[in-house]
Amino acid sequence: MANYGTNEFKGGLKIMLDGDPHSIVSNEFVKPGKGQAFTRTRVRNLKTGRVVERTFKSGETVESADVMDTTMQYLYSDGEHWHFMNPETFEQLAADKTAVGDAALWLMDEAVCEVTLYNGEPLAVTPPNFVEMVIKETDPGLRGDTATGGTKPAHMETGAVVKVPLFIEEGEKIKIDTRSGEYVSRVK
Amino acid sequence: MTWQPSASLASLREAASLRRSIRSWMDQQQVLEVFTPSLSRAAATDPHVLSMATRDGRFLHTSPEFPMKRLLAAHAAAAARIHGDSALPSQLQLPELSALPDIYQIATVFRAEEGGRYHNSEFTLLEWYRVGMNHLQLIDDLTALLKHVWLAFGLRWPGLQIKRYGDEVQQRLGCWPEQLDTALIERYFLDQGRSYPQAIGDDVDAALDLFMDEFVLPDFDADAFTVLMDYPVSQAALARLGKDAQGRAVAQRFELYYGQTELANGFHELSDAAVQRERFEADLLKRRELNVEPVPIDENLLEALASGLPDCAGIALGLERLHMVIGRHSHISEVICFDDQRA
Repeated sequence: MANYGTNEFKGGLKIMLDGDPHSIVSNEFVKPGKGQAFTRTRVRNLKTGRVVERTFKSGETVESADVMDTTMQYLYSDGEHWHFMNPETFEQLAADKTAVGDAALWLMDEAVCEVTLYNGEPLAVTPPNFVEMVIKETDPGLRGDTATGGTKPAHMETGAVVKVPLFIEEGEKIKIDTRSGEYVSRVK
Repeated sequence: MTWQPSASLASLREAASLRRSIRSWMDQQQVLEVFTPSLSRAAATDPHVLSMATRDGRFLHTSPEFPMKRLLAAHAAAAARIHGDSALPSQLQLPELSALPDIYQIATVFRAEEGGRYHNSEFTLLEWYRVGMNHLQLIDDLTALLKHVWLAFGLRWPGLQIKRYGDEVQQRLGCWPEQLDTALIERYFLDQGRSYPQAIGDDVDAALDLFMDEFVLPDFDADAFTVLMDYPVSQAALARLGKDAQGRAVAQRFELYYGQTELANGFHELSDAAVQRERFEADLLKRRELNVEPVPIDENLLEALASGLPDCAGIALGLERLHMVIGRHSHISEVICFDDQRA
């Protein structure tokens, strides 16, 4: 397994800390003119999602984490697991609730996701940045009201709730930004 | 696009104005500008200041300190020769000795393995020496220079506060720096919910460095200068030792900050060649402990000190950092036309 020195630290680097894989969120070089140098980092535990501060003495080395992002296609959920397929090798794998997390709200047929693998097992699932979904339920639309800028909650088939403009109707297809969970536009 | 500069034209104008205002103050003060070599067969032994080696076995300087002190010692020796040393009563020598020029230099210096928001491996030091001054007088001298520069930029003087290293430690940890061990500092970090690197081991000075950065500097006035003085003896570097108000032994050394940003290091300069050699050798031992490459000691400096360095105070001020403060820049790349990533 490779090791990284503090001078190789950068955002996104995957390292092992306390037995768990972590991703470096940010890092800062700290050094008094005449004194010891340190690297202060914020790291995200890829298992729990928790972000903590961690300071290293310059020159320390840490083990790299065997973490890989792969592009996979979502197939279906059996209620307990979410099943994905590698579109090139057709290899399939199942991710549990902890790995899928909030991504479950955006998983629709054949959505192309980033699946983060740790030692070959799914650790996290990142949905596509944009998805298109049909509104299952929302209050009746106010026709012609495109100017007031008001919003109302709309329920999706997956269980996601998105704030949509007042003129949007039940059964309409909309585009959503999964990173913010916000409505983007109507899909004709 | 990396062919383009990282600093704006406005920033380059600020850099030029800054140098102009410094030179005008030095001229007013009759401080002589000197130019010493960037390459040397010897290097700074400081375990945390890493020189870049060249292919011919020399080193790029990390500060112009050693050759500048050699100049001061040479001027003193020349002045003494004119007077034939002991032949004249000391009061007659005084006018001639006081005519020894103070010297300054604006030098490009190089430090390996330093990069970040406040660090670029190539940067500029303003270094100056005042004969007959101690570190306290040098703080006043530095303040006068800063006021001159602030005036040149039309900025309101933000004020300068003086703090003592020992007091800052004592107020938080309940004891003086020389009484500390790393276990006590580590416990403080954990109590405060902060990350403490185990790799510090039993290196009290390294633990203190991080302690200052995490807990002391954040309490400095964010929009004013702070001078931190009376450093622990273990961090004396090239400063003389003396006593503080409580009679504790301290290093006659200070650092200048603006907010939490370190800007300058000033010393009442050590002039004892034997003590200086001991400190160089202690540095080399520490380098071995830290697994840092050894460097050749500057024997020319030691000979100059043995010949006689006049009583003086000296200071190195980082010009890019000062520029960042003046122009309110948030990254050092904004004040260097081509920073490390583009050079």
